[in-house]
Amino acid sequence: MKFVDEYRDKDAAARMAAVIAQVTTRPWTIMEICGGQTHAIVKYGVDQLLPDAITLVHGPGCPVCVTPVELIDKALEIAALPEVIFCSFGDMLRVPGSHRDLLTVKANGGDVRIVYAPLDAVKLAQRHPEKQVVFFAVGFETTAPATALAVLQASRLNITNFSMLVAHVCVPPAIVTILSAQHNQVQGFLAAGHVCTVMGYTEYEPLAQRYRTPIIVTGFEPLDILHGIYLCVKQLEEGRASVENQYARAVRREGSGEAQQLITEVFEVTPRQWRGLGAIADSGLGLRERYAGFDALRRFGAAASGATTPTECISGLVLQGIKKPQECPAFGKRCTPEQPLGAPMVSSEGACAAYYRYRRQPPHSRPTLQETNP
Amino acid sequence: MCLAIPGKILSITDEDDDLLRTARVSFGGIVKEISLAGVPEAKLGDYVIVHAGFALAQLDEQEAQQVFTTLRQMEQ
Repeated sequence: MKFVDEYRDKDAAARMAAVIAQVTTRPWTIMEICGGQTHAIVKYGVDQLLPDAITLVHGPGCPVCVTPVELIDKALEIAALPEVIFCSFGDMLRVPGSHRDLLTVKANGGDVRIVYAPLDAVKLAQRHPEKQVVFFAVGFETTAPATALAVLQASRLNITNFSMLVAHVCVPPAIVTILSAQHNQVQGFLAAGHVCTVMGYTEYEPLAQRYRTPIIVTGFEPLDILHGIYLCVKQLEEGRASVENQYARAVRREGSGEAQQLITEVFEVTPRQWRGLGAIADSGLGLRERYAGFDALRRFGAAASGATTPTECISGLVLQGIKKPQECPAFGKRCTPEQPLGAPMVSSEGACAAYYRYRRQPPHSRPTLQETNP
Repeated sequence: MCLAIPGKILSITDEDDDLLRTARVSFGGIVKEISLAGVPEAKLGDYVIVHAGFALAQLDEQEAQQVFTTLRQMEQ
């Protein structure tokens, strides 16, 4: 497939890894923010191509994983209502709330549907005027334009039986939280390329400067990630700390004006609770007052502030890159994708799911980089 | 969640309102209807990167070679 296969070339990856080894003289710790990149790293064994001096730690870039349990409990409560069609991305179905998950609600008769796009939920609302259609809007800045567009279209078409449970989060405040933590080990970041297609990377420039930390806007294919690591290591070795764009085929410095306009029209910046990380100021998006009619929390009542049941899940430490998934005593035993204790074990971007899926198999059955040249 | 996939625009449904503009986009043969509200400049045959039914950006063919060019330069 064009713009995909050429970045999975085995020979080019090996050459890129050799170049990284050449420029590395000291140990460095680099965090990839995005869970999509974590999956690519573990799936293709990108970390195993790197010199021992480079440690990759996995960041909090899994929106499903950081959605607070109070909101999941609220989603479960709404989804169980007889008049509701509850729409969600597939990732969310097995994420445990305090006592159950969306799949259990569905098994008990709740009308829970997986949608590919927020606009599909608007179409469902048009087709079922007798029902209340609620969309669980989970995601980073990448997803926010698509959900904003759904609200705008519902508003223009005067659809009154559509609402949204909004759990949107933003990346830069999470980077600040990680960098200002007392025992921070992260020396360089790979920033999530798709977030930057929307937002550009001007927000990261003051952060790179203030924390003297290189930030490389990076794509999602193995060769992109290796290239991002190379640029990051080079800066670290030379004592530089700036923002560089590895993913220039999709990302411009200013991002997408159209997508940003959609977000600003519909959403405003709000404080947000992150599961595993706690409250982070100005790190979420909420509906503006003029679209409050589409807010599921107004329609169905606010979320109860949750008394979370303690479990042995260490997802907070995994999401901050402090622990690797296999360091959790429950990993693969009491916590599996079928019976998860925490969201990182079920989400397609969760670090625990990546290690469970790709690091428990014998090497010959793992996906590999491709033999052919581009 | 931030997974986004490149696809090629096969046809465009033109609307007066840019917000309603959609396209049929092929992802290696699988065709889906995608909103072009974020990429008003996109034309037939262009590659766009798509997430949750929304085209985030057009792909720049020249920039797409960057990683291979840099690799060759680095090896010299």
